Amino acid sequence: MRIGLLHSLIRKDEKLLLEAFKKARCDLQMIDDRKLIMDFKSAPPIDLLLERSINHSRALHALRLFESVGVKCINRHQVATVCGDKMLTTAALAEAGVAQPDSRVAFTETSAIEAIEQMGYPVVLKPAVGSWGRLLSKVNDRDAAESILEHKTVLGSYHHSVFYIQEYIDKAGRDIRTFVIGDECIAGIYRTSKHWITNTARGAEASKCEITPEIADISLAAAAAVGGGVVAVDLLESPRGLLVNEVNYTMEFKNSIDTTGVDIPARIVDYVMREAN
Amino acid sequence: MATCPVCDADVELPADPVVGELLTCDDCGCELEILALDPFKLGEAPEAEEDWGE
Repeated sequence: MRIGLLHSLIRKDEKLLLEAFKKARCDLQMIDDRKLIMDFKSAPPIDLLLERSINHSRALHALRLFESVGVKCINRHQVATVCGDKMLTTAALAEAGVAQPDSRVAFTETSAIEAIEQMGYPVVLKPAVGSWGRLLSKVNDRDAAESILEHKTVLGSYHHSVFYIQEYIDKAGRDIRTFVIGDECIAGIYRTSKHWITNTARGAEASKCEITPEIADISLAAAAAVGGGVVAVDLLESPRGLLVNEVNYTMEFKNSIDTTGVDIPARIVDYVMREAN
Repeated sequence: MATCPVCDADVELPADPVVGELLTCDDCGCELEILALDPFKLGEAPEAEEDWGE
């Protein structure tokens, strides 16, 4: 049984996975997405592909190409498609009845302003495709809304004119990131920051979050809604309960192992090996 | 030990280095990538792109 690891740069997360694969005595083939050439007819001789690309676009296309020639992938192309686009994630969560912030989508500045004012200030504007807390805007009033929408329209590529507008949740300085592998919510962290953006990539500090039945239930429901696999679910604590903010399909975990006490890369490798069999 | 291509400082190699692995130069703080193992070669890591992430 040979596992392919699709990668770009080898970050600490990927290095930890390599160590876990080595301990598991797995036959691993490294597949660098910067050198990959696919011909729609064949693939490197592997039984399963674990996707760990940094680039969402490369991951998305590579997964489709590998699946088209019969290679099982973790995560599946469908999961990457849904998780990689917040609008698709919101739709999947809505269809599954998973609690999430109220959201709107509009395609012009005029209709976006109307949507924002229907929701009431403040709101959060996000690119539908984006990560690491980049290009998020907390829109506090009409002046800010008009300015930000104009900037996105004029300065951004076309996808920045798909205006994804989300209810602002006052989350008391933290959010929750849970790690779901298969049908198990294995660990969670709080991400705490004085800034309203609580990505660790933006400086938020991680601390252990105990997985309560409520946290596990909503995390598993969110993972199932997007198609399952190895995902990280971001949760917001609100007066009406936990809400799913987003689901990540190439989850980063290097700073969560010591924090949670859970050997996350080993758990990923266990799952991959089981799925390959 | 390798040499930082930006500031010429010594850069300690990780255990079991692999091609594509990221390192940080402790002197200049530049993020580096292992480009080759034999002979060993470091380069500046690429800048983050718009679609990088989770």
